[in-house]
Order: sequence, then structure tokens, then C-alpha cells
Amino acid sequence: MKKRIVSLLVLATMTATMFAGCGGSDSANTEAPADTAATETEATEAAAELPADTGKVLNIQCWNDEFQSRLKSHYPGYEEVDATHGKIGDVEVVWTITPSTDNAYQNNLDEALLAQESAAADDKVDLFLVEADYALKYVDTDYAMALADLGITDADLADQYTYTQSIVTDSNGKLKGSSWQACSAGFIYNREAAKEVLGTDDPDEVQAAVADWDKYNETAAKVAEAGYTMCSVNDTFRVYSNNVSGKWVQDGKVVMDKNIEKWIDDSKALVDAKAEDTDDLWGDDWAKGKNPEGKVFCYFGPAWFFNFCLNADDPASIASQGGWGYCVGPQSYYWGGTWICAATGTDNANLVKDIILKMTTDKAILKDIATQDQDCVNSKSVLAELASTDDGNIALLGGQNPYKQLADGAEKVDLSNISAYDQGCNEELQKAAKNYFQGNATKEEALDMFKKAIVEKYPELTAE
Amino acid sequence: MDMAANTTIAGKQDTGASVHARRVVSYVVLIIISFLCLFWFYVLFINATRSNSELSLGFTAVPSTHFVENWTNLKNGTLPILNGLINSLVIAFLTAGLATYFSAMTAYAIHAYDFKGKKFMFTFILMIMMIPTQVTVLGFLQLIDKMGLDNNPAALIVPAIASPAVFFYMKQYMDSTLPLSLVEAARIDGSGEFRTFNQIVVPLMKPAIAVQAIFSFVNSWNNYFTPALVLHDDTKKTLPILIAQLRSADWLKFDMGQVYMMIAFSIFPVIIVYLILSKHIVGGVTLGGVKG
Amino acid sequence: MNKKSKVVSYNKWGYIFLIPFTVIFLIFQLVPLATTIYNSFFENYRSGLTQIGPNFVGLQNYGTIIANGDLPTYFINTMIMWLMGFIPQILLSLLLGAWFTDPSLRLKCQTFFKTVIYLPNLIMASAFAMLFFTLFSDSGPINSMLMQIGVFKEAYQFMSHVWTVRTLVATMNCLMWFGNTTILLMAGMLGIDPSLFEAAQVDGATSTQIFYKITLPLLRPILIFVMITSLIGGLQMFDVPQILTNGTGDPMRSSMTLIMYLNKHLFSKNYGLAGALSVFLFVITGILSLIVFKFTNSDKVK
Repeated sequence: MKKRIVSLLVLATMTATMFAGCGGSDSANTEAPADTAATETEATEAAAELPADTGKVLNIQCWNDEFQSRLKSHYPGYEEVDATHGKIGDVEVVWTITPSTDNAYQNNLDEALLAQESAAADDKVDLFLVEADYALKYVDTDYAMALADLGITDADLADQYTYTQSIVTDSNGKLKGSSWQACSAGFIYNREAAKEVLGTDDPDEVQAAVADWDKYNETAAKVAEAGYTMCSVNDTFRVYSNNVSGKWVQDGKVVMDKNIEKWIDDSKALVDAKAEDTDDLWGDDWAKGKNPEGKVFCYFGPAWFFNFCLNADDPASIASQGGWGYCVGPQSYYWGGTWICAATGTDNANLVKDIILKMTTDKAILKDIATQDQDCVNSKSVLAELASTDDGNIALLGGQNPYKQLADGAEKVDLSNISAYDQGCNEELQKAAKNYFQGNATKEEALDMFKKAIVEKYPELTAE
Repeated sequence: MDMAANTTIAGKQDTGASVHARRVVSYVVLIIISFLCLFWFYVLFINATRSNSELSLGFTAVPSTHFVENWTNLKNGTLPILNGLINSLVIAFLTAGLATYFSAMTAYAIHAYDFKGKKFMFTFILMIMMIPTQVTVLGFLQLIDKMGLDNNPAALIVPAIASPAVFFYMKQYMDSTLPLSLVEAARIDGSGEFRTFNQIVVPLMKPAIAVQAIFSFVNSWNNYFTPALVLHDDTKKTLPILIAQLRSADWLKFDMGQVYMMIAFSIFPVIIVYLILSKHIVGGVTLGGVKG
Repeated sequence: MNKKSKVVSYNKWGYIFLIPFTVIFLIFQLVPLATTIYNSFFENYRSGLTQIGPNFVGLQNYGTIIANGDLPTYFINTMIMWLMGFIPQILLSLLLGAWFTDPSLRLKCQTFFKTVIYLPNLIMASAFAMLFFTLFSDSGPINSMLMQIGVFKEAYQFMSHVWTVRTLVATMNCLMWFGNTTILLMAGMLGIDPSLFEAAQVDGATSTQIFYKITLPLLRPILIFVMITSLIGGLQMFDVPQILTNGTGDPMRSSMTLIMYLNKHLFSKNYGLAGALSVFLFVITGILSLIVFKFTNSDKVK
């Protein structure tokens, strides 16, 4: 999620970071590790006990210091040495932080994993972090270890939400990562505007007005009449794209799902009716709705959005007046989250296992994370607890406790249809469709542009 | 020179009035242009004084109150900005020095001597200039990796010795201002070729060297593309990489105020270098004995 | 004065002075260039973490690029945006150069103006684009100004119209580079013997005549430099439109430049197609530069 904020805000900049890290690779011999990695996996599977840790260095690849600060504040025994070094017992923790701008993080991680086999023991990657949009790119390879091979059982993970696991389950059904966050997201509406347009700001009644896309579109028409803009078409995109009936790529071919097509058609109608706009997320125009003068009816977002994207510290903002409300919205979806994966070839398997267990399944730690860091944590019981007490009341939502809706949403999110190409397809589709919404192209031309961009990005795919 | 004298010299067609009119026009144009040039620095400064949530609400013309706060946050953050400043300075200085000195030398070789293959060399270097950096950087990275120069600032500095564009400028400049008779004269005085170059040619090339030194310095200072690919350690990174890193901070820490503060911080040294070097260009260097 | 034998013995210094450049060039530029051209004959890209190739495919990459027919479009986009920026840039630079060197004008605060014009170049392109974005956003100050004086009824979306995007790109390029060009020209003008101007003035030449008859011809080598480097810089135009359009070259790729297109292929580390594209770029640049060079050199009196 944060990566998203940035890469969009930053607008790609001095791009060609594309190459980042490719210096280390010898492009000629990169297929090799697969077989050996496979045999290695089988070997570990056979042995119930993990081999004793021999590594003196724990290498962690990530794109910012979010996980670092979580580890620092919540993992017992972690001592910080400096910005990129720490200590757990005798093991030195080395953080490799590569910004995700212009795909630099993935490029760097690619090279590190491809070189994993030949790397010296102290240089081998032990842990790496991924985001949902591209998780399968790594999870569906032998570079990521199955959690079962680390000795983490289903029972350990039973309190987690299923969708957080489907994101990191490979094509053979093996779970290969774990997250401490469950970022189910919903409909964050402007209470003043809701009273004006719908005559109520009660979450249940507002929910009834946007319960499905037909009702949402009707409401949007009323909202436009009242002089408001519903939101940006890019706000609703994730809601549609999370609820597709098939994968983006099937048998090497890009397939346009019905729900994506529906997003294009719905959005075009709403843009033409001036009920929605085409602002890019995180831009100035998009952000104007955070203040009453912006005349924006709603945003779509998860729990982290409340605290970090609504400018509650600015006295002129809606948030500072407690002027927002939260309900589930037309369809359940999620937004954001960081997953921890163990790299095949780690020489600190026991430590890696312990970090994953403590940080993503230990209820006491998760409760701490929820209260201290305001993450919406990946634990059904912790969220239930928050939903039932006043701890979960949020001032900027006018004192509403959204945890029940957040927990319900997280249960309903279904991500069985994600693919390794989601990030590229979603981004390119939004960019191409914008041309159609703004009247610079017909729908067909925009879709052709999308297909062209996909084939450039993924030369192995066909798009016709 | 007073007004009367000037009018006499300016000749019959140019009356005092028309000079006056032209002067007014040029002042107006220059003031508009100066405004357009300085405006951006003003906006950067304003933005550096604003907090993240103020920035997300768009542009204002009045400064806010978060200047010190942004600076403290930046200074106490995890990024080694002081290190970055030193790295940027070292790399930019060396790059500018090597590029200008060796380009002048190369240009002099082609300008002052007659040898076989000279035409070919000239054309050849111009051809090199046409290759976009983005194209060869892949091979470049593989190469420095094999040479063990990965993560080493030398990989950014040494290649500056072969800077075709700087060479081309030096060559053109010599064509218009460096008469070979001067070199001949030095030879007759018994000066060695290397000494002639260093003690006669280089000083004469001062304006050109100052110009290209500024350009090389600024280029290197603002360069993100290659350094981001070559430097991996936090302590070796240059300012533009650190800015990019600051911008990809997670949403908990993401702070445009700090980003603008850092941009302002990294522009400051380059302005100083520019002001120092620009004296050689805009102050009016007289080229003593050189006749067109 | 021209003693043949002596000249020859000096001329070996030509080679000696060329050594540093040549050695560094061979290592750091020729090797990578050769690799690039070599790559263009292979299928060689990354699919996720899997490397495809390199498999020798002959001229297939070149065929692919010609077949999809986009190259001319991006070439035209690039040239349009370059010219839109370059023409005002060179005119402005010549004008400023002429004013600064015109003794009859006797402008005050010259040092200030001369110093200020280069300043925009000190700002990183990315930072510059961020500022432009803020200014020209739908709710930005430019729009609210235009709405207040009644030019538009509602916010004009600068980023979603072909010609406004192109104009913004050209404006940014012009602003960033005209100071650079002016400095180059002024440095050239300073090299001109001041007595020439004085002599011309005494002979009663107008400042216009001085400019055309003395300044311009003597500036020719520097002008050629400016033209060619600008052309090459223009063909390599990348960061400004990339940042301003978030890499899309929208609307409908009407502001996509050649290098932005090349950059698209680098996402999948598609060395093959990118290599072939680079060769095309190289050829295009070479031809254009040659034309400029020949054209400007045609009536040169040496």
C-alpha cells in the first residue's frame, strides 16, 4: 500500500531504475536453481526437524522500514544497531531496503534470489517481503519456502483470515507466506454529504444505499445532482478487480473479466454524468475531498486509510471534525498489506520460523501491533475483541467502531482468482481506460492500448 | 562612456530614443524571464515549510510554519543525508574535473595536430555522442560487475574522462577562439607540448572549461539513473537516490514536507558551486591576446 | 613558419593526447555498445523470475518493431515536442545573447540576469515536474486563476489534452535548457574580439547589422554544437514527459517519446527488443545529426 502511495505520488521520476541490480546477473544461466531448489524442498519436507541454524547473518529484503520498526518494537530480543543493521542474539540482522519506485525493489530482489544459490552463506537472503499485487511472482516459484517446510502448521495459522493466505498460496496449494495485517477495505463516506443526499448518516442505512453496484450508481446520480462528486473511478477499481470471476491471465492469454468490463462501463457512465472523476490516487485533485470544500462524497479504503490518508491533524479537514463514516460498500475487497516469505536456502530456518510465528500469529504481539501501530491485524480473535470494546472507536469516524465491518469484510474477501500478472494488468488497464473516460479514445481503442502495453510488459503473453 | 558619446558611436540610424525603447523592452522581457526562473525556487522553499497534510491540499503562495520541524525530522530520520551530501560533492567535483580537463586535451589533440585518422576520430566521437545512456547501461552494468567496480563510486567518475559532448564543445570553442599561431609562438619559445597545453591552452579555455564544469557538475549532481544502479550501500548513495528513498517511505512515515526539505537541501550546494563558477562566464573574461 | 619535418614530429602528440579518451571510451562505452547490438539478435527477456533465452533469432526483433509500426509515431511525437521547446529556446537564447553583448544597450544588472537564467537547470527534472503537476492540476492555482478571470467555466484538465500535455513538456524543457544554451552562446560571444564590434560601430553599423554580420557568423561553431546536442538531447527526451505523464505518454501515447518506448521494454529486461530498438534510435540520430551538420557546414569558409 505504502509503495503504491509513493510510486503514484512520485510519478515514476528518473525512471530507468528498471535496471536496478541487473549488474549482478549473468543472464545466460538462470534456469538452473529450480531443480536443486526442488530437491532441497523435498529434503526438508522429509526431515521433521529443521537443521540447526548456522547462519551468522539474517538478510532481510524489503522496500521500506515498516517491518523493521514492527520487529524492533514487538519482536523479543531484537536490538537495533543502526538504520540498516540489528541484532537478534548472536545473529546480525542486515536490512536491504530498496525503494519500490520504478520497480526497483522487485528488480533488486529478482537478482538477489537468482543469485541465491551461488551466494556466500552470509549473503543469502533469509526473509523477503512482498505485496499482494505481485506476491505470486515470487510465491509460485521455488525461491520461496513453504511454511509447512519450516514446521509451521495449519493450527498455528488458524486465526488468520483466509484471503491473506490465498494471496501467498502457490499453484500446488502450498502456503508460502504470512502477514500480520488484514486490510479489508470499504466505503468511507462524508457524513455531512450523506445527510444532505440520503437524509441519514447511519452506517447501516448508508450501506443499504450502496449495497450493490446498481444501488451505488443510483446513489451516485443523486450525489451528482447535489453538487458532489462520488469519488474517482480509480477509487472503485480495486473493488471491482477484487471480485473477478477468473484470472487475468489464462493459458498465457490476457482475459478481460466481466467485472472489469463492468467497471469500465459503469465508470464511463458516471464520468459522463459528472458523478465520478478520473483523478489519479494520491494526487492533489484526488486529495481535495479530505476537506469539506472538496465536495467529495466518499473514498474507498481500509483501516490504515483512516489514520494516514484523511489528514486528521489538519483542523480544516473533515476528519478533524469526526465527519467520516464507514460501511462495507458494494462489494468486499482488501487493499494493502505486507507478506513475509522465507527464502529457500536460508541458513537460519529456526529463526525465520520464529519470526514468522511471533510476528503474524502471536495474539499478544498482534494485539500490541493493533493498538500501538494501528494496523488492522490478521487475527480474527483480536479484531473481534476490538469490535466489542470501545478500544475500537475511532474519533475521525465520529466515534464509530468500524471493526465489526472490517472483520466481516475480511471474512468475505475472496482472492482465489489472483495471478502473478495482476499488478501489471491492473495498472495498465487503469491507465488505458482513463483515455476512454476522458474522451480521448473509444472503448476499443483504449482496450487495444491496454493490450499493447501488456505485451510490452510481459512479452510472453498474448492479448488478442 | 556617457550617453552622448554612446549615441555618436552607435551611429546615425540608432537614435537615442530607439535605444531607449529597446532598452525598456529588454528590461521587461528580462524581468519576466527572471521571474519564471526564480519562481520555482520560491515554490520549493514554500513547500519545504509545509507539513504533509498541508501539501496534499495543493499549492499556496504563503509559507507555513513547519520549516524547522521538517528539517529536524529529516535530520533525525534514518537516511544518512550528510553522507549523501559528501558523496554527491566528491563524485560531482571529480566528474566535472576529469570531464573538462580530458575533453580539452582530446579536443586540443584534434584541433592542434595533423595526424592520420584525425578526421575519423572526430566523426567517431560525434557518433558516440548519439548513443542514449539508457541503451548501453545494461552492458555497462555487466561490465563494471566483471571489473569489480559494482557499488564503487569510481564506476561513475572514471568514465567521465570520455565525455563526447564536452569534447565536442571544447573543439567548437577552439575552432572559434584558439588560433594555432599562439601554439606556434609557444613552441618557438621552447615550451614542451604538454606544458603548452597546461599553461597556455587551458588558461585560454577558461570560459569554456567553466561552462562545461558547471554543466558536468550539475548533471552529475542531479543524476539518478546510473548511480541508482551502481551504488547499493546507504553510506555510498548520492542525494538523488536518498530523495527517491525518502519518497518511497511507507505511509506511516511518508512525508512530502521532508521530501521538499530534502530537495531544497540538495539544491543549496549546487547553487553555491554555480555562483562561484559562473563568475568566470558572466563576469566577462577577456581573452587577452586571442584574436578572432 | 611551416616546417614540414617539425610539424610531423609534433603531431605524434596528437596521438598521445588522445590516449586517455580512447582507452576510457573503449572500455566503458564501446564494450557496452557492442553488447547492446549483440543482444538485438537474440530473444532474451525475463518472465517473472524465469529467464527466457538468450536464443538466437536473427533479425526477428527488428521485424517485430517494424511490423507493429509504432516507431514512426513515437519519432514524430518526439520531434514535435522537441521543436516546440527548441525553437523558442534558441530564439530566446540568441535574443538574450545579443542583448547582453550589445554595447549600445548597456543593460544594468547584467550579472544578475545572466546568473538567474541558468538556475532552473539546477532543479532536478523530477522535482520540477512535481511542481508543474501541482500548478496545473484541476484544482491547482493556474486553473483557479483562469477560472477567476473567466477564461474557463470549469477546471481545464491540462493532462488529458494532447496539445496541452505537449506544450507543458515543451515549456518545461525550454525553461530548463534555455539558460544552458544562452550561457553556451555567451561564452562563445565572449571569445569574439571586442575590437570587431567597436570597429563596426565606428563604421556606423546598427546593432542588428552587427548581430547578423559579426556575431552570428563567428558563433557558427558554437551554434552547430547547440543544434546538434539539442537534437540529440531532444531525441533522447525522456524524464520530463515520463514524469509528467506517469510513464504512459497519455493521452493515447501522443506524448510518448522514443526513449519512453524503449523504457517500456526494459521492464521485462527485454534485452533483445530493447537492443534492436536502440540500433534504430542510433541510426535515426546519426542521420539527423549528419543532416544538421552538413546543412550548417555547407557554406562554411575555413
